Amino acid sequence: MSETRIHQEYVVSGNNFASAGSASEEVKSTLKKIGVASSDIRRVAIAMYEGEINMVIHAGGGVATVDIYLDRVEIVLADKGKGIENVELAMTPGWSTAPEDIRALGFGAGMGLPNMKKYTDEFSIESEVGVGTTVRMTIRFG
Amino acid sequence: MTVEGLVDLLGARIVNLADGERVLTAGYCGDFLSFVMSKAPEGCAWFTVMSNVNVCAVATLADCAVVVLCEGVTPDAALAEKVKQQDVNLVTTGMTVYEAALATAGRL
Ligand SMILES: Nc1ncnc2c1ncn2[C@@H]1O[C@H](COP(=O)(O)OP(=O)(O)O)[C@@H](O)[C@H]1O
Ligand SMILES: [Mg+2]
Repeated sequence: MSETRIHQEYVVSGNNFASAGSASEEVKSTLKKIGVASSDIRRVAIAMYEGEINMVIHAGGGVATVDIYLDRVEIVLADKGKGIENVELAMTPGWSTAPEDIRALGFGAGMGLPNMKKYTDEFSIESEVGVGTTVRMTIRFG
Repeated sequence: MTVEGLVDLLGARIVNLADGERVLTAGYCGDFLSFVMSKAPEGCAWFTVMSNVNVCAVATLADCAVVVLCEGVTPDAALAEKVKQQDVNLVTTGMTVYEAALATAGRL
């Protein structure tokens, strides 16, 4: 139960809200097509959308790599943005540096990273200020 | 109740009705997109005042049955266009979020 079924890569452009979420939408529709349970699709959608949006609003864009296996999805979100100074603080529910204009769009609840951790089976984040951020997530089916 | 039934009940104005027959399973009120993503139940009517293009992606990903823009808010041009492309049901009403949710409560 480990061979790759589908490998996808998406370039996520920074500060582009017209296309924000489109990588997540494509992954969702792929999972639907291959018959993954809707409760699992939902967890993938939440985690990937939050990660994708973080690259759009906090990092000036990045790359999302998605590997779909028979029993799980692995998502890597890598950016060369400004990085996160204090990851533990960033993980605090409600903590956000999103500016007012971004909040006015409905972002900046400070729930993205906590939700990514909550809805995935494995979650890790590596970040270096001035270098970038890489988030890795695994969602197991069932 | 179907999405069409909700439109009649609220006297809502249709921006896009891709599937009026879809049956509503629940309701959700909120504007912060992270809360909506994680908490709005599949098949729900989502009552909100958010009117920008990101609403469409969230409605699709959370699989909302219909977005109800309340308080007389109208979708911006990008949102109105995108819901048509993506077959997302979106309607507007002059009711407050509370009034719209109250009118719907217990009738889904
Ligand atoms: N990819 C990233 N690059 C730089 N900073 C980030 C990134 N992802 C998250 N952050 C920082 O972590 C904070 C918390 O993120 P999150 O929980 O998603 O909340 P929100 O995006 O609503 O602010 C952000 O406000 C931002 O300061
Ligand atoms: Mg976020």
